[in-house]
Amino acid sequence: MPFDEMFGHGEHPRQPYQTYSDWFQSENSRSLRKKAKEAERAFRRTGITFNVYGREEANERLIPFDIVPHILSNREWQKLSEGIEQRVLALNAFLHDIYHRQEILKAGRIPREMISQNAAFEPKMIGVDPPGGIYTHIVGTDIVRTGEDEFYVLEDNARTPSGVSYMLENRETMFEMFPDLFIRHKVCPVSTYPKRLRRSLAACAPSACTDKPVVAVLTPGIHNSAYFEHSFLADEMGAELVEGHDLRVVNGRVAMRTTQGYMPVDVLYRRVDDAYLDPLNFNPDSVLGVPGIMDIYRAGGITIANAPGTGIADDKAIYSYMPDIVEFYTGEKAKLPNVPTWRCSDPDSLAYVLDNLEDLVVKEVHGSGGYGMLVGPAASRKEVAAFRAKLQAKPDGYIAQPTLALSTVPIFTNQGLAPRHVDLRPFVLVSPNGVDITPGGLTRVALKKGSLVVNSSQGGGTKDTWVLES
Amino acid sequence: MMLGKTAGGLFWMCRYLERSANNARLIEAGSRMAMTRADASDAEWISVLSTANALDGYNERHDEINRTHAIDYMLRDRTNPSSVMSVVDAARNNARMVRVALTREVWEAVNDTWMRLKEALARQVSEKDLPNVLELIRQQSAQVRGALHGTMLRNDIFNFCRIGTFLERADNVARILDVKYYVLLPSVSMVGSSIDNFQWETILRSAAAERSFAWLNKESGPRAISEFLILDQRLPRSLAFCYINLARNLANLEAEYGETKPCQAICANILQRLTTTDIDAIMEEGLHEFLTRLINDNNGLGTQIEEDYRFAY
Repeated sequence: MPFDEMFGHGEHPRQPYQTYSDWFQSENSRSLRKKAKEAERAFRRTGITFNVYGREEANERLIPFDIVPHILSNREWQKLSEGIEQRVLALNAFLHDIYHRQEILKAGRIPREMISQNAAFEPKMIGVDPPGGIYTHIVGTDIVRTGEDEFYVLEDNARTPSGVSYMLENRETMFEMFPDLFIRHKVCPVSTYPKRLRRSLAACAPSACTDKPVVAVLTPGIHNSAYFEHSFLADEMGAELVEGHDLRVVNGRVAMRTTQGYMPVDVLYRRVDDAYLDPLNFNPDSVLGVPGIMDIYRAGGITIANAPGTGIADDKAIYSYMPDIVEFYTGEKAKLPNVPTWRCSDPDSLAYVLDNLEDLVVKEVHGSGGYGMLVGPAASRKEVAAFRAKLQAKPDGYIAQPTLALSTVPIFTNQGLAPRHVDLRPFVLVSPNGVDITPGGLTRVALKKGSLVVNSSQGGGTKDTWVLES
Repeated sequence: MMLGKTAGGLFWMCRYLERSANNARLIEAGSRMAMTRADASDAEWISVLSTANALDGYNERHDEINRTHAIDYMLRDRTNPSSVMSVVDAARNNARMVRVALTREVWEAVNDTWMRLKEALARQVSEKDLPNVLELIRQQSAQVRGALHGTMLRNDIFNFCRIGTFLERADNVARILDVKYYVLLPSVSMVGSSIDNFQWETILRSAAAERSFAWLNKESGPRAISEFLILDQRLPRSLAFCYINLARNLANLEAEYGETKPCQAICANILQRLTTTDIDAIMEEGLHEFLTRLINDNNGLGTQIEEDYRFAY
């Protein structure tokens, strides 16, 4: 049996869930079911929907919300946030290093070809000094748990992590539905996130900025699956929400077209991938980006968050080197361990992976969103065979990990509480003033019994995440 | 500071919302007319479709003009860019684009409109349900209007919303009058027959002005009704009312931005036409000529506003 965060391995609630469990016992399950339905209506009305990639019609779907919170004690959170802070600082140091002196390669801690042959390495960033020295302004570190004291980092989302709007709206929904719960518990607030984000971004303003920094959010547009989040964040931060065609280079600055003419932007929180950022410097067919923005960036005319080229740091093959990376730049052992990872580019590892496919999770090095992966224990023979062929054809495109016994948190079903696997993505802000982690995060939960895939694009749901103040 | 794209999104959101309510009223008026005058029902649907600028599109889709097809085309057909469903879709897409400029109340009212109509218009609407659906469209439009008036700051955002509303409304009222004028042309001399009175009252109904006209205690007929819909500054759907407000909203933008724009001169010119004339002079010029010129200039004003405030590129 996997570790359950509410009940451990037994029948009695663990300490952080004690008060919640008492409350739950005293509630009438029919009225809870009614509340759960109300929550769905509220989400639809506010328009928090999510377009699933690969569907013909712009199909707006809700990510299912479960009413049972994911609760962490303050002690657990302290441990996690120290580990995350260490890791994020190491990521930034690593990015600065590989785009400058490449000491880590010279020291032989990472093979040179891991960088030079990597599609996520961006040669145009070599020698560029991003404003404030920050590469990853916003990080979403995916954490999984297997026991009372066993946490692992599953992924370092260092490009454009999404989901923070759910952290905020899930909490609002809980406030509305169960105000009495928040009288019984002291839960750390998350609603400060947009202000913290703005402060953190403004602290990275470029040298060309002489006044109060102008911040804008760059979105691919209303058909993007995360558009709701883009507009939500712009709204909450008091920033403009722009698309590529609202921006152009004017007098050495990137400026947005307003009703009164062009006005310079200092910090651009872009939710557009590197490849689409600048048709002159990257993908020439992109209509989502701003021609020439990279030249302005290199000249210190604008801050791009996250910096172009950060994808190399959350590449799944680089991930396997994270313990070395943390040690190399901080001089300390990593406080949060990695999930053990086999790099299929290595012949011995490949042989092991091919022999044990049925027991492993195999992921594409550049994949995300739960697509293109094999969950060995859940796959049919046919699926395993098909994957084996793909893996043999292109071993360096894959990594493999053991199927961890991921922890569960109960969800509320028609039959009462039922354990489901979860993971947790806290949101981390980095600026020259330091690392700022909002206590909470996005808890994703697999809704199907036994399933390990929590991705919303694959039918997962979300929960509110509570960090208790004491 | 406002993005040009945002100004355009607000303007179009409100144009489309106004259009959805106008279309619902056209259908309602057409439907009543056709019921009372079986022999002329085809002609009635032709006039409804022409008023909505949808006759050519309809003819491409259907071989004959009849009530069922016409109502369906006007309400639900997505190949008709002016169907209620198409314009509510477009209004919501614009609202999503400009969401950062809207209060939560306005956004939720627009989103709620879209959700309810999507459900109500998922299948062909039966005769029995038609009154309820038309009622729903009107109510939703009132809900959005209430949220806009009750919660939005009176700044450039609000002014762009109002400008979109009044441009669309002016276009709609001018079209209703112009199309009906043509339909009724052979019978203008026969003023007084009950059927003609009914026709003219349909115009009032399409412009949601039948009650207020009755309060005036005037003899019904083309002259009085045209005067009411074109010149009466008390009627919120008259052309004069629309243009007094357009001029005011543009002046508000001028004050806020500290800049006079070319569109203001176009607006002032049309406003003058509507405030320094009387119905005799308009009839003298020819109602059709007067209205055609107004519809064209109203379009021209829209284009100039788009350019002056940098809605696109």
